[in-house]
Amino acid sequence: MRRWGLLAKEALTQTLTFARFFCLFHVTNHYLWSPTLVFGPSMLPTLNLTGDVILAEYVSHRVGRLGPGDIVFVRSPVDPNKIVTKRIVGVEGDRVTYFKPRNGDSCHTVVVPKGHVWIQGDNLYASRDSRQFGPVPYGLIEGKAFFRQVWPPNSFGSLG
Amino acid sequence: MAAQNFLWSFTKNCFTFGLIGLTISDRYASIVPVRGSSMSPTFNLTTDSFMGSLSDDYVLVEKFCLQKYKFSHGDVIVFCSPSNHKEKHVKRIIGLPGDWIGTPMTNDVMKVPNGHCWVEGDNPSSSLDSRSFGPIPLGLIKGWVTHILWPPQRVRHIERKNHENILSPS
Repeated sequence: MRRWGLLAKEALTQTLTFARFFCLFHVTNHYLWSPTLVFGPSMLPTLNLTGDVILAEYVSHRVGRLGPGDIVFVRSPVDPNKIVTKRIVGVEGDRVTYFKPRNGDSCHTVVVPKGHVWIQGDNLYASRDSRQFGPVPYGLIEGKAFFRQVWPPNSFGSLG
Repeated sequence: MAAQNFLWSFTKNCFTFGLIGLTISDRYASIVPVRGSSMSPTFNLTTDSFMGSLSDDYVLVEKFCLQKYKFSHGDVIVFCSPSNHKEKHVKRIIGLPGDWIGTPMTNDVMKVPNGHCWVEGDNPSSSLDSRSFGPIPLGLIKGWVTHILWPPQRVRHIERKNHENILSPS
């Protein structure tokens, strides 16, 4: 009888330890930092076509310290299950001038509305970004990229 | 010495429960108060400015819907405001991607773009919704409201309600 009691207590302790680790893992991955794999041609030459592991941090966008020039992860306004990596070109109130390379060479100017940001990929010829789907609400930003790590090993360094 | 130990273990326990609470409210479900009368009579039947926040309805918001972002017409959802990411609003989904929404005021129809949805409050006269700021991206949705939990006499499940103003491909 006592053995069952001890066994139950042991099982409860192990479950609690597991729950604590799981919660710590979740909070770190959503509120602090986490390594992320990014791939695709839209951020060449900054990021690789075949894949880069970069460190994403989740503090800046929560305290509102994001500005033009930051590389951010954004939940796509066209498909909420995809997260895209782009650079912020303008924040609310900025006038942004852009051109679409394949649609003639006409230039357009737009003022970014309140609560939105204008994102563009570094590779303007192969990037679907705010030039196609318009300014993106700030609430869709998931994190900021700030360090290229681990792989490929020769490009270890900060992404400014 | 014993007081220091007690303080240390108390802090550790608080930290652990904080982490567990944060994880549960992010991944599974959380309880939030609903302010304002834009969803009357579904929430906040009486807006008594004297009682203020004492008479707010508290609702259960579940987060499992955020795995696949699959919603149905008539779902009541919580989303970040497109003009101020710090504010959250509660409204009902009226149109999903591909639906045609008619605006009775201007005799206009517009199609809800891919990845967006059209939201409206149940009390159209005092609701700031898609009729003002347009369709919102599905990525701004932060949860799905399933039940009212407080006050006890209003505890019930939230039903889906269909709208007569839309045309959807079936």
